[in-house]
Amino acid sequence: MTSTDQQAFLSVRDLKVHFSTEDGIVKAVDGLTFDLEKGKTLGIVGESGSGKSVTNLTILGLHDRHRTAIDGEILLDGKELITARESELEKLRGNKMAMIFQDALASLSPYHTIGKQIGETYRKHTGASKQEARARAIEMLKRVGIPQPDMRVDDYPHQFSGGMRQRAMIAMALVCDPELLIADEPTTALDVTVQAQIMDLLKDLQQEFGTAIVFITHDLGVIADIADDVLVMYGGRCVERGTKQEVLRTPRHPYTLGLMNSMPTLDGPVDVPLSPIPGSPPSLLNPPSGCRFHPRCSFAEKVAGGLCSTEQPALEVVGGRGSACHLTPEQRQEFFADFAVSRHN
Amino acid sequence: MSNANPLLDVSGLTKHFPIKGGFPIRRTVGAVQAVDGLDFSVAEGESLGLVGESGCGKSTTGRLITRLLEPTGGKISYRGKDITHAGRKQLAPIRSEIQMIFQDPYASLNPRQTVGKIISGPMEINGIEPTGGREKRVRELLEIVGLNPEHYNRFPHEFSGGQRQRIGVARALALEPKLIVADEPVSALDVSIQAQVVNLLQQVQKDLGIAFVFIAHDLAIVRHFSQRVAVMYLGKIVEIADRDDLYGNPRHPYTRALLSAVPEATADDVPARERILLKGDVPSPINPPSGCRFRTRCWKATDKCASEAPPLVQVEGNKPGHLTACHYPETDGTVPAPRLSKDPQAAA
Repeated sequence: MTSTDQQAFLSVRDLKVHFSTEDGIVKAVDGLTFDLEKGKTLGIVGESGSGKSVTNLTILGLHDRHRTAIDGEILLDGKELITARESELEKLRGNKMAMIFQDALASLSPYHTIGKQIGETYRKHTGASKQEARARAIEMLKRVGIPQPDMRVDDYPHQFSGGMRQRAMIAMALVCDPELLIADEPTTALDVTVQAQIMDLLKDLQQEFGTAIVFITHDLGVIADIADDVLVMYGGRCVERGTKQEVLRTPRHPYTLGLMNSMPTLDGPVDVPLSPIPGSPPSLLNPPSGCRFHPRCSFAEKVAGGLCSTEQPALEVVGGRGSACHLTPEQRQEFFADFAVSRHN
Repeated sequence: MSNANPLLDVSGLTKHFPIKGGFPIRRTVGAVQAVDGLDFSVAEGESLGLVGESGCGKSTTGRLITRLLEPTGGKISYRGKDITHAGRKQLAPIRSEIQMIFQDPYASLNPRQTVGKIISGPMEINGIEPTGGREKRVRELLEIVGLNPEHYNRFPHEFSGGQRQRIGVARALALEPKLIVADEPVSALDVSIQAQVVNLLQQVQKDLGIAFVFIAHDLAIVRHFSQRVAVMYLGKIVEIADRDDLYGNPRHPYTRALLSAVPEATADDVPARERILLKGDVPSPINPPSGCRFRTRCWKATDKCASEAPPLVQVEGNKPGHLTACHYPETDGTVPAPRLSKDPQAAA
């Protein structure tokens, strides 16, 4: 983007993450740029294999350094993370930036008590004593809404329910008051009633501490609830970005529109078939030429000269809003309006 | 609701899984009350949705209907015939009429068998030789579920998740069943693929007149697929009604809370409906609360709820066939409120 955003708290510039595998090079992320301010939430939407999780593992430096080729810039509060040494990253992880994973049971150690696991991070970064760490763990458990925290602090993960484990993981991630929190599908494994609790908790904590949150999900409903800005990923690239209102009200990319149309709602028509996106997500080993979405796109034929299959559309961003599509604004207005009308009547 | 001769009729269905413990002699020390007294029926060609949170017993119910599990109590009758404790031989003819579609398309297909072998498996087991041979029938089935018949000799790993689920559907259709129990058939799939499979199932239901028991936790998908919906909580049905009644006029506080918790992809700053935040977690089914099982999380609970389990009945104000198990049913019929101003700009 432009140089005026240089001060953004988290700034990712033209990030490329390529893995070498036996079958060839997997271009998991292929040119991604975004900014995130403190106290804001960026929602990243995409299907499996769209590169959303890889992006965030790369920000935290959790990728396999021997098999990964990374290009671009990741600046956290002005500090370059890609070239940073492992020891420097260790100081940042858990302290300044933290992550919440999807599967809480797999991400907690079954052999250590919840309290010890929460306190471990705290001790490492602050040099606190065991007693102080325990007190801090109890405080954190209380803050994330675990009843009787002074008793539950000595429990093991298997003694917690799914929602409580996710809360414990949030407590662990927030123990050092990180300024950047990356949440990778934190509510996908949870029931809707518990999901609502966790999202409210995240929103409260963000208001209290001004944390910047990157929230990864495939659920547009969750995005509508929590995000300020939205970035839609497809095949390792950003296809559309903007504020939540812009993206959900007037989607500009056929993929975003397709996602919205394929989801049934609680008050939509029931006797008409859903409108799915045909085909399946692309292979990143051998991605389609041109626009990666063109084999599944119902508008690709309408672009003159077969441009969609030959030329990759550029992501033009004006004021934080943009999409990567060959359709002209007039075409888009015409085609997308039909879709919107058919969906809401 | 159910007509005089439902395809499947379930009454008082109960499944308790024993918990063994003690030393040196292991004895039953308790029971997980997974399903506790269900009553419902499914008419021919009808789709009944079962929704609820994890651990509410919806999958157990599916497995009891298909008799993959032995019921502890109650009665299941299929076309008027009692199959609650039917043995292997008695079940054989019925098994071909009740089929199942599983959640995980990766775990439910044998990786060492070709697609042709997987789909013709049910015919082989039942000794069915369709006219024109099994291979021809498999090719037909592949075509019905939207796969290329030429893929007959391929293995499951060559297919994507959505395609695998289609193979699962083809296998379920192989014996021309009358009832399919679909246990979370789309929840393992990507959002853009879910709609493809939902459309396929709906097509199959319409074209072949198959009745469905559709188990899912996604309320919007259940609404789209099922004519009638039952909401389960801790092994009991708390509310059952026609789709429009249940979603338009939920009477049980749990149904209302569940509906209010579904996040919707709308950019309106004012939420479409008031969100009811339930406190805590679902209690353990080993030792469920007395009386109404929802009372520990319910904002309306009184002493009566603790002492007396509410029966599943047509409470005042319900349409026929709309049954609610609550002492203090919700009266505010306007929830969930329809969103009138949805995406005004997009529609313009």
